[in-house]
Amino acid sequence: MTAIVNVSLKAGVLDSQGKAVHHALDSLHFSGVEDVRVGKQIVLKLTETDKEKAMVEVTKMCEEILANTVIEDYKIELI
Amino acid sequence: MKVTILQFPGTNCEYDTQHAFEELGATTEIVWHKSETIPADTKLLVVAGGFSYGDYLRSGAIAKFSPVMKAVAEYANNGGKVLGICNGFQVLTEAGLLPGALKRNDGLHFISKHHTLKVENNDNIFLEKLNKGDVVNIPIAHHDGNYFIDPDGLKELYANNQVLLTYSDEEGSVQNPNGSVDSIAGVCNKNKNVFGLMPHPERAMEAILGSDDGVKMLEGFLAS
Repeated sequence: MTAIVNVSLKAGVLDSQGKAVHHALDSLHFSGVEDVRVGKQIVLKLTETDKEKAMVEVTKMCEEILANTVIEDYKIELI
Repeated sequence: MKVTILQFPGTNCEYDTQHAFEELGATTEIVWHKSETIPADTKLLVVAGGFSYGDYLRSGAIAKFSPVMKAVAEYANNGGKVLGICNGFQVLTEAGLLPGALKRNDGLHFISKHHTLKVENNDNIFLEKLNKGDVVNIPIAHHDGNYFIDPDGLKELYANNQVLLTYSDEEGSVQNPNGSVDSIAGVCNKNKNVFGLMPHPERAMEAILGSDDGVKMLEGFLAS
């Protein structure tokens, strides 16, 4: 099974990289962009085949190391 | 007095830190991160600056799982004095020994220059040789120095005098180089035995090299 983890700054935390990308898009005349958030994607190949167990395990990984929950949120997708 | 300095793969300020403390009369020992213990006679433990684990994932995120960090947490929880400088500050926040987190500078650039700082609180051993409101000149060199803490956490910092230093101009007015919440450059824990700051006092030890304002800061640890 593969876990795709998306980590991004929490809604209330200023994302300066997102802001810079937004400015760049503006200057390229892509005017329809309301907001930009930049995050990172971590792809994990798992030996676990049970989805529920995998979710529990990856959630633990996110809480302990993959995300810093003081400033970041994470989303896990299993495929 | 023994100052123990931690060294991770990618740490690069351990020898500057060692030199600074030895100039002040301390004995020092550099301890590799694989060690599971720290010297028993340690009076101050310094997590030195640099780029532990290449800042991979997040600054300080991987270092917090090094074998030595269990001993660091135990030492700190027993009241031992710990100082994290720059990357060391990031490691201590990641490890949960200090509140808040350090994120990318608002301007996205690595900043390396002398900066003036205002002393916000001196009821702690780190800054007791300085006065509240004093302005010191200390170099900064970081990419991820943008201090963040949520509003509740910030209230708690103020309530316990945990804000140590803020970035300021030469007169002591706010001048924020990296977007830190309330221009915060350094904080301590509630018990005032764990200290962290982004600026480098160990690089401000001789006037001929730009500033010797770091002497009074590091001396605070040696007096106690």
